[in-house]
Amino acid sequence: MRFIGFSLSLAATIGLIYVLNHPLGPAPALGRFFDPYSGFWQNAENTSHYHDIDLQMNGLHDKVEVYFDDRMVPHIFAQNDEDLFFMQGYITAKNRLWQMEVQTHSAAGRVSEIAGEKALAKDRLSRRIGLGYGAENSKAFIEKDAQSNDLVRAYCAGVNAYIKSLSPKDYPLEYKLLGYAPEEWTPLKVALLLKNMANMLSVYEFDIENTNFVSKFGADQFHYIYPERDSFTDYIIPRGTPWAFAGDSAPDGPEALPAGLKVANVDRDLYESYDRAIEKPQELNGSNNWAVSGSKTKSGKPLLCNDPHLQLNLPSIWYEMHLSSPSMNVYGATLPGAPCVISGWNDSIAWGVTNGGRDVRDWFTVQFKDDTHNEYLLDSQWVKTEKRIERFKVKGGKDFVDTVLYTRFGPIVFDQSYGDVKSKKYLSLKWTAHEGSNEFKTFYLLNKGNNYDNYLDALNNYSCPTQNFVFASRSGDIAIKEQGTHPLTHEFVADGSTSASDWHRIIPNAHNPTVKNPERGFVSSANQFPVDETYPYPITHVGIYENPRAMRINHLLSDSQKMDVAYMQHMQRDNYNTIASLTLPTLLRVIDRSKLTADEVEAITALDKWDYYDNADSKTTVYYEAWTDVLYPLLWDEMGDPTLPMRKPNTYRTAYFLRDDSTSTFYDNLQTGERETRDMIVLMSFDKAMKQLKDKYGSLDKVKDWGSYKATMVHHLSPQLDAFSRMNVYCGGNRGIVNATSHDHGPSWRMIVDFGEMKGYCLYPGGESGNPGSKFYDNMVDTWAKGDYYVAKFEPKAQLDRDKLYKITFNK
Amino acid sequence: MKLLFPIVAIAMVSAIVQNFAPWWSIAIVAFILSYLLRLKPGLAFLAAFLGVFILWAGVAARLDFGNDHILSQRIAMLFPLQGSYWLLLLLTGVIGGLVSGFAGLSGALLRKQ
Repeated sequence: MRFIGFSLSLAATIGLIYVLNHPLGPAPALGRFFDPYSGFWQNAENTSHYHDIDLQMNGLHDKVEVYFDDRMVPHIFAQNDEDLFFMQGYITAKNRLWQMEVQTHSAAGRVSEIAGEKALAKDRLSRRIGLGYGAENSKAFIEKDAQSNDLVRAYCAGVNAYIKSLSPKDYPLEYKLLGYAPEEWTPLKVALLLKNMANMLSVYEFDIENTNFVSKFGADQFHYIYPERDSFTDYIIPRGTPWAFAGDSAPDGPEALPAGLKVANVDRDLYESYDRAIEKPQELNGSNNWAVSGSKTKSGKPLLCNDPHLQLNLPSIWYEMHLSSPSMNVYGATLPGAPCVISGWNDSIAWGVTNGGRDVRDWFTVQFKDDTHNEYLLDSQWVKTEKRIERFKVKGGKDFVDTVLYTRFGPIVFDQSYGDVKSKKYLSLKWTAHEGSNEFKTFYLLNKGNNYDNYLDALNNYSCPTQNFVFASRSGDIAIKEQGTHPLTHEFVADGSTSASDWHRIIPNAHNPTVKNPERGFVSSANQFPVDETYPYPITHVGIYENPRAMRINHLLSDSQKMDVAYMQHMQRDNYNTIASLTLPTLLRVIDRSKLTADEVEAITALDKWDYYDNADSKTTVYYEAWTDVLYPLLWDEMGDPTLPMRKPNTYRTAYFLRDDSTSTFYDNLQTGERETRDMIVLMSFDKAMKQLKDKYGSLDKVKDWGSYKATMVHHLSPQLDAFSRMNVYCGGNRGIVNATSHDHGPSWRMIVDFGEMKGYCLYPGGESGNPGSKFYDNMVDTWAKGDYYVAKFEPKAQLDRDKLYKITFNK
Repeated sequence: MKLLFPIVAIAMVSAIVQNFAPWWSIAIVAFILSYLLRLKPGLAFLAAFLGVFILWAGVAARLDFGNDHILSQRIAMLFPLQGSYWLLLLLTGVIGGLVSGFAGLSGALLRKQ
């Protein structure tokens, strides 16, 4: 009897320990996780005790001092560049290790190692589009440049020195939640980070969509719906700027539609898989940069601004740093996991980036000899296929092995083994991101740069993703250049059975669009069409370029003389909705007020008086945004078939379409029996939108303001972790607006550099720490939402010693 | 006194052992101490539970108050405890306390055989 009591009690104890020591579904092992000696409580950072630390550090050549200021921004002072990058790696890892690793796992197709089977499809896609393959090529390419290789290795050594200093209780919280451990940092991971950026920013290509559109609606409609040029003239390179190389290359005309290229060439199940798997960039994501010459500023010295817009996440994509060595003294936004400052300034120059969005990839039809896929047809011969074996470790399951077929025109993304495809027709993806390149060299040379020539020289190393690099120097130059490797790509799915389809011409770097010190006294870019019609190379354009922000920015910059920092700040938070100003007058003309209810008339009256500002406290904005959110899908419903993906014209193009064409067949809604016109669709969408608002708020006068309605969020990188996210951040702006802050996307870094006072103003919607248990995890979000700034402590050591929160001295 | 001494003993030894051993070492501590101290089963459970409850909730509370509850409020949204750090501290104590309590009970019952 007593023995039974003991046995039961012992069994209960062991059972309890077993259960608490193992993950329960999505929850971590509760015993380990709650243990205050090694679980999550260890990540609760003390919020008030900071004291200077002296550390011994193997791997350094000399002493390095790191000052942390009141926002926890690190200021690293090293005696040589290798130590500087070693310490950049160490300090970045100390704050952002989990994020660094998860982003490279994502690019490498290795998320299933931590998340299990459910991440496998996406992992396979990452490898099937060739991100890992491209990263391996870049790694080999970087190794060929001794200096870059040394610096990348120093950075990795720094990250690894930090990782080795950790015991499990010190792991970042997310490792404890998901139950795994950090692994060694490598040069391959550095390359993967860049490919991750390429995958975010260089996918502006719609070959399949364009092909489908032409097949279904014909070439005339194609040129009508997606005109190459409209009344827009605010190109990145001011209209009329002469090309120094005119006549170097004969201009090509618009691409002829490939003969016989029809929907039938590709099966619909292939398209459906494509549509489901390949994430296309949302329209009007936006980024801005500009530089104003001293002739138009109060101080007589240049001003430079940059606000790259990206998905808003915690931890933020950027990590703010000050890096100083005898060869450089640079401040700005770094990409956690990679050396150098990406957008920033030093004592002599400043630079910033927006996405160029050039079309740098193509899809090719490929014909295999038989089901072994060993050979494919090229120039009337059977050519051997390269097979790349991809092995996936899957948490809680068996390894998965995938075979990816590589042709002259890149990897086959979809086949019978991936994506529910039965089709025996194939498409391969050729992409500049598959090539080896060394973008770090660009940033390293910019970080050290002193003048315009250094800037041009730095850019020559830059390949992908295409960026518009804005530039200003203390000595008074301003410039901008759209830099990337730009092959003359196809606008439609191309014929992969002939080498004639290949990229035979690549625009030389010296011919990429650029301008220095233009007469108008400023340079700017906002993802718009880069050049006027005299540029001697063709540019594929469908649905890629975003023009309305550029119109507004150039207007604000042209309009003003004697500009100062306050005006730059005012511009970056500008909420003027150019698209609304182009669209709404047409919509209001169509509405017949006599047919509306009293509160609907009130809404229309408010819209009639609206100043087109998407300010947070505006209710009228909600009427407009809700209305057009219903209107666009109703109007372009012809392009909603997932088995025949097409690119819906963006809202900017739609504004002109609505204004100039009231009878197009595209107004017809396929769901209804009758044939709609523009006016009917406008009315239908207004009715539907107002009904939705009434359903949501009870009545139209109870509608909340735009900031509450839009409910901007800055979400943790893991979609499940709302608890580590900032939801309902109250702020104005929207897509297509200079302050392009939408629900989950917006200015990921705001920077203003004033060469008059030699001061930088900056911030990002996050915080320097990646730890949800730190007060520096999200401390800048509210300041950012308000449109305020911090003055960067770009100061000498002695001043930082007075301003610091604490300091770490690393001794060799 | 009869209860206080074993509580303090279990809490203190657990605190020392936890600095180098994994979290479930608290069970071994409670098991051995209950056996050695010849505790009655009911008392053993209670003393072991309270000893580690106080230890875990106490250590957690020291970290939590030094952190202005930044992390605990987030974790208490995740779990979900309505963002209450008090409930999270309570849960922390109960998890440790239960493991220790059952181990203490087992140690006492082994002695009684």
